[in-house]
Amino acid sequence: MIVREFTVLNKVGLHARPAAVFVATARKFKSDIVVEKGRKRASARSILGLLTLGAGHGAVVAITIEGEDEQEAMKALAELVANKFGDEE
Amino acid sequence: MKELRGVGASTGIVVGPAKICQYAELEVAEAKDELPFKDKLETLRDALEKTTNDIRQSYARVEATNPKGAKIFEAHVLFLQDPTLLERIESMLREGYGVAYSVKRSFEESARQLEQLEDGYLRERAGDLRDVSERVLGTILHRSKTGAVLLLEPSIIVASDLTPSDTARLDRSSVLGFVTEKGGATSHTAILAEALGIPAVVGVKNALREIRDEDELIIDGRQGLVIVGPEEETIRAYARRREELERESATLRENATLTRPRRSSKKVEVTANIGSPRDVEKALQVGADGVGLYRTEFLFLDRDCPPSEEEQFEAYRIVLEQFSGKPVTIRTLDIGGDKEIRYLNLDKELNPSLGVRGIRLCLEHRDLFKTQLRAVLRASTYGRARIMYPMVAVREEIVEARAVLEEVKKELTENGTTFDKGIEVGIMVEVPSAALNAEELADHVDFFSIGTNDLVQYTFAADRTNENLSYLYQPQNSAVLGLVKMTVDASHRRGKWTGVCGELAGDAEAIPTLVGLGVDELSMSSQKIPFAQKILFEL
Repeated sequence: MIVREFTVLNKVGLHARPAAVFVATARKFKSDIVVEKGRKRASARSILGLLTLGAGHGAVVAITIEGEDEQEAMKALAELVANKFGDEE
Repeated sequence: MKELRGVGASTGIVVGPAKICQYAELEVAEAKDELPFKDKLETLRDALEKTTNDIRQSYARVEATNPKGAKIFEAHVLFLQDPTLLERIESMLREGYGVAYSVKRSFEESARQLEQLEDGYLRERAGDLRDVSERVLGTILHRSKTGAVLLLEPSIIVASDLTPSDTARLDRSSVLGFVTEKGGATSHTAILAEALGIPAVVGVKNALREIRDEDELIIDGRQGLVIVGPEEETIRAYARRREELERESATLRENATLTRPRRSSKKVEVTANIGSPRDVEKALQVGADGVGLYRTEFLFLDRDCPPSEEEQFEAYRIVLEQFSGKPVTIRTLDIGGDKEIRYLNLDKELNPSLGVRGIRLCLEHRDLFKTQLRAVLRASTYGRARIMYPMVAVREEIVEARAVLEEVKKELTENGTTFDKGIEVGIMVEVPSAALNAEELADHVDFFSIGTNDLVQYTFAADRTNENLSYLYQPQNSAVLGLVKMTVDASHRRGKWTGVCGELAGDAEAIPTLVGLGVDELSMSSQKIPFAQKILFEL
C-alpha cells in the first residue's frame, strides 16, 4: 500500500473535467484507489465521490493505492495532478 | 419551406437550427411493485447504455466546434458509471421501488450533496447531474427530449412554453432565439428574449407539430414570422436584412453615448431592467442611467435552500459597484404560489396571481425577507441602492415592511455594520388599489414604480399568459393611463417621483404619452434603451 499527499494546483480545483480525467486514469489500473480530503474519502472510480470532496485550488488530498499495480498507478496519477489534469493552457 | 405566424416578442432576425424542448415534467410515483429485481436491473442497464450512447453522440457533435466545452460530456458519461450512484439505485430496486423512481431519487440525492459544497462551480454540477438524470428517465419512460436542455450548438429553442426555471437552466450563450406556442408579448420568454437581446416569436400555434429538431429556421421577430426549412435565396435575403438592422442599432448606440441636450425641460431618466449581474454589461453599454428594476428572483428559483445572505450580498454588490453611483433599484423577492420553490412549501393556490405573492409572501416569510433586506443594506455602501417592494395593495403593507426594514437596520447598527442610512424605499404600483390610493401611500415611500404588465392584468381582470385573452392586453387603454396619471400626480403633489418599469416603458408609441403624463423614469430592457433615448431626444 502506498500513500502520497498532493496539492491541487489547477485554478478551479478538482472540478468536473479534471475529476473525469482522474477517474478515467484510475480505471486503467487494477488496484484500489482512494482519495481523501480531511475527513471525506472517495473511491477514485466515483466521479461524484471526487466532486463531493470539494477539493478546490490549493486543497491537499491524500491518495492511497493498494494492489498489484500500485506503483504504476501512483506514478500516473501523480503526473496527472502535477500537470493540473491537462486542464489549463 | 413553410411559414408560421405568431407574435413578435423581441425584434431582430436570426437563422439557425431548431432545438425542440418539451418540458413535460417527468413525474414518477413513489411506488413499490412485485417485478423481479433481475428484470429491473436489466431495464436499468439498457437505459444507462442507451443514455451513454446518446451522450457520446452529443459529445461528438459538440467536439467539432467546441472541443473544450465538449469535455463536460465526459463527466456526464462517468455519472452513469459512478459506483456510488449505481449502488444506491440498485439497493432501491432491491427494496422493490420502480426503476424510474429509483433513478430519479438516487440522482437527486447526489445532486443535493453537491449543492451543499462551498465551491460555487461544484454546486452548479448538481444541474448537470439532473440533466443526466432526465435523460435516463426519458429513456426509461420512452419519452424523448425531456427535462433540461443541453444545447450542443447555438440553436433556436422551440417549446410549448418556457417557465422562468426552464430558462434559468439554458446556456444563454448558445440560444439564438425562441419560438413558443404559448405566451403573448409579456410572457417570460418574451421578457427573457428582450433581456438577452435575441429574437423571439411567441404564440406560434402548432410550432411543436410543424417544427422538428434540427430543422433550419429563420425567425423574424419584427413580423412575428417563423420560416421552417427556408430556401437559400430566402436565407440570403434575411442575412442582408439582419446586417442592415445591426448597422441601424449600432448607429443608435453611438448616438446614445454622446451627451444629449434635451428639448423637453425635464430630464426623464432611462434605466435598465435587469435579472442578474450578467445583464449589467449590456445596460452599461447602451448608457443606462441606472437600474430601474433589478429582479432578484433568479437567486431564489431552482434550488433546495434559500440563497444565503452572503450570496445575495455578492449579487447586489457586484451590480452596485459596476453602476458606480448610479441608482440601482432592487426589487425584493416577487414570487407566488405559481412557482415551485422547494424550500418554501408554498400552498397550491386556486388563483396564484391573486394569491400570496410579492410583499404578501415576504411578510409571511419574515426570515427570508429579513435576510434579503440585510444583504441589500450591506451592499448599499458600494453604490446607490434603492429598495422596492412588489405587489403592494394597501398602506398597512408598507408600514409593516418598513418596520421590518427598521428592525434590520437596528440590528446592523448594533453589530457595527455600515449601510447607506439614506437608502430610498419605494413600491411597485401594479395593483389598481395602490394607484387609486397613491396619495395616501406616497406619504410612506420615496418613490413609485408602475409595473404596467401586472397593472394591465389586474385592471382588465385578464390573465396575461392566457393567449385567448390577448385582446384584453391594452396597456394604452385610458383605464390604465388614467391610473398612471393618478399615481404620477399624487407622487408629485407629495414631492415624490414615479417611474414606469413594465413593457410600456420601452414601447416607442407609448413613451411620448408617458412623458406627457409626467413620468420621471422609464425602465426597460437594455436592448430598447437606445431607441427610447432617441425618441426622448426628439420630443
